[in-house]
Amino acid sequence: MNCAMMKQAEGVTNAFVCIYVTFLFVFKFLGPTQKMNLFQSVTSALDNTLASDPTAVIFGEDVAFGGVFRCTVGLRDKYGKDRVFNTPLCEQGIVGFGIGAAVAGATAIAEIQFADYIFPAFDQIVNEAAKYRYRSGNLFDCGNLTIRAPWGCVGHGSLYHSQSPEAFFVHCPGIKIVVPRGPVQAKGLLLSCIADKNPCIFFEPKILYRAAVEQVPVESYTIPLSQAEILQEGSDVTLIAWGTQIHVMSEVASMAQEKLGVSCEVIDLRTILPWDIETVCKSVVKTGRLLISHEAPVTGGFAAEISTTVQEECFLNLEAPISRVCGYDTPFPHIFEPFYIPDKWKCFDAIKKMIHF
Amino acid sequence: MLTSITNVLRACVQKNGAAVVMSARTYADFTSQATFEIKKCDLHKLEEGPATQVVMTRDEGLQYYRVMQTMRRMELKADQLYKQKIIRGFCHLYDGQEACAVGIEASINLTDHLITAYRAHGYTYTRGGTVKEIMAELTGRRGGIAKGKGGSMHMYCKHFYGGNGIVGAQVPLGAGVALACKYQGNNELCVCLYGDGAANQGQIFETYNMAALWKLPVIFICENNRYGMGTSVERAAASTDYYKRGEFIPGLRVDGMDVLCVREAARFAADHCRSGKGPILMELQTYRYHGHSMSDPGVSYRTREEIQEVRSKSDPISMLKDRLLSNNMASVEELKEIDVEVRKEIEDAAQYATTDPEPPLEELCNHIFSNNPPLEPAH
Repeated sequence: MNCAMMKQAEGVTNAFVCIYVTFLFVFKFLGPTQKMNLFQSVTSALDNTLASDPTAVIFGEDVAFGGVFRCTVGLRDKYGKDRVFNTPLCEQGIVGFGIGAAVAGATAIAEIQFADYIFPAFDQIVNEAAKYRYRSGNLFDCGNLTIRAPWGCVGHGSLYHSQSPEAFFVHCPGIKIVVPRGPVQAKGLLLSCIADKNPCIFFEPKILYRAAVEQVPVESYTIPLSQAEILQEGSDVTLIAWGTQIHVMSEVASMAQEKLGVSCEVIDLRTILPWDIETVCKSVVKTGRLLISHEAPVTGGFAAEISTTVQEECFLNLEAPISRVCGYDTPFPHIFEPFYIPDKWKCFDAIKKMIHF
Repeated sequence: MLTSITNVLRACVQKNGAAVVMSARTYADFTSQATFEIKKCDLHKLEEGPATQVVMTRDEGLQYYRVMQTMRRMELKADQLYKQKIIRGFCHLYDGQEACAVGIEASINLTDHLITAYRAHGYTYTRGGTVKEIMAELTGRRGGIAKGKGGSMHMYCKHFYGGNGIVGAQVPLGAGVALACKYQGNNELCVCLYGDGAANQGQIFETYNMAALWKLPVIFICENNRYGMGTSVERAAASTDYYKRGEFIPGLRVDGMDVLCVREAARFAADHCRSGKGPILMELQTYRYHGHSMSDPGVSYRTREEIQEVRSKSDPISMLKDRLLSNNMASVEELKEIDVEVRKEIEDAAQYATTDPEPPLEELCNHIFSNNPPLEPAH
């Protein structure tokens, strides 16, 4: 392992500085497109929502001036201060308030400033939002609630600005969890979350806010939830990731092809809960090998759930044990970030081991 | 004899390469102490408040000056290093608020306890951390006060519990520390700080209730610098009388830019706690010159004129300097000497912070649990 190269990577930043993810799909049927980065695509989705849905409101800390990541720039001026407003510093209050607003019929879009701060609201999400429909026998629900939060490592975020907490929420039936990999995906998935009749948590990879730029349709469009996407077909190994990590996996797939002659199938899970078991298992049946990678710590991370389900469904098809390349079981470190994150070398190494099993 | 002392000092100074105008006046020329009139505090559920006529000695004045100047220079140096990308990540600077940390520390003992949120470099210093350790922590080196593992927001030292990123979460913690003090009967107290933004967190109200119910020796302090990140207090709080928010807890509103006001109020609060009356709440009205963090220019939600006005009319260091000079308690040259010494200390610390090696890789998985050997990075 070349330490100098790892250092140079300086976390994940360099890997994404030059990413211009252009899709080969033609969006002609969705109308004109515009070059947008991730935060602009989020603004666009919110803009479409506020325009078409008079009950939609956006609230959170500092959203009025545009938000600390500029996701809500211009919306307050355009739609008014009673539709885009700041809350005080109170995550539990923000989500509780959002649940109430959603139950009463408003399309409530709550922003939690960093996913690391979502924990005061954990009780509200798990005990209130997720169980509302079930406990009231479908009389009430807060399906109109969508919670957005910046997520994942950013190169210098350290303990409280880098966390990926999806695994905590996966253990809670009743909510949906979605993580996009780029602007086009983000807008479509966010609009789906907003439209979805269940409370959704939408984690936005903060490192991609500026780094990922695509041609994004200006009009509204949705991308279905609970559908994984096969980015690249292959025959030897299935690679699964979501959010920022999927870009690492794409690079690893090229490396594997080039250096090992190994053909990788790369799958973006997109919706973490409920996840697309069918697509994943179909792929593993084909390839026989599975590598799952995420930044969150390995123990109890979502890779564990995927791994268990896959071995249940595809046991006899497996050529090698399922591999997980994830963050270590430590708090997200301050200075050690480049060593902590599941970078391409660790993933490449895991593929090598699986191939030679 | 004084001449020979002066000559020796001059020689030492020249050896260090600093050019200083040596004071020709003898120290007997200075007033040893003076009485000052300070602003009256607003009171909540209190019959009487802190004294408004206070005495400051020359030594105290010089000491406050030195500490505040050190904190100021340290923060400005951190600003510089951040812009040079030697400090990365999040960095929340304290310049403008020095009087709070210094005033509080002047009225408590090092054996008392203190906890605050993330704007903690100043408190780390007043609680006993050295500038070297603080700066090395900012740059993430092994000589840092948290071994380079915490960074700007997570600095700790004896009886100083940080350095906390999730605002509001440190308040119940502080009450817990106070409970331990009461339980152990050691006459110590806990100073528990939070900002105007965090003042709206639910956990703080839970803590008020527990502290009052059990009469815990905790001084709650709301450092109100008027802006929670970019949100002004009027836009975040239904009531900006933060000193009244404890409702059933007595409160004081204090001019946080005047170190003597803070000192007097903290002394009053400490006495209140130590006499077994239970918790007390102080609101320090203060101001930060920098933005919320180094990523915030600090001028999109407030005007440059406002910042300039505070700097020129209420700067804590200038205020103290004026007091010392106009009461003949120190000379301009003497204060300049202190400035030079402080500058050197900061330069040395910055040098150390830049050259000290990073923590070894074993530290990545060390201290997750207690006393385990560090984990092998398995994957």
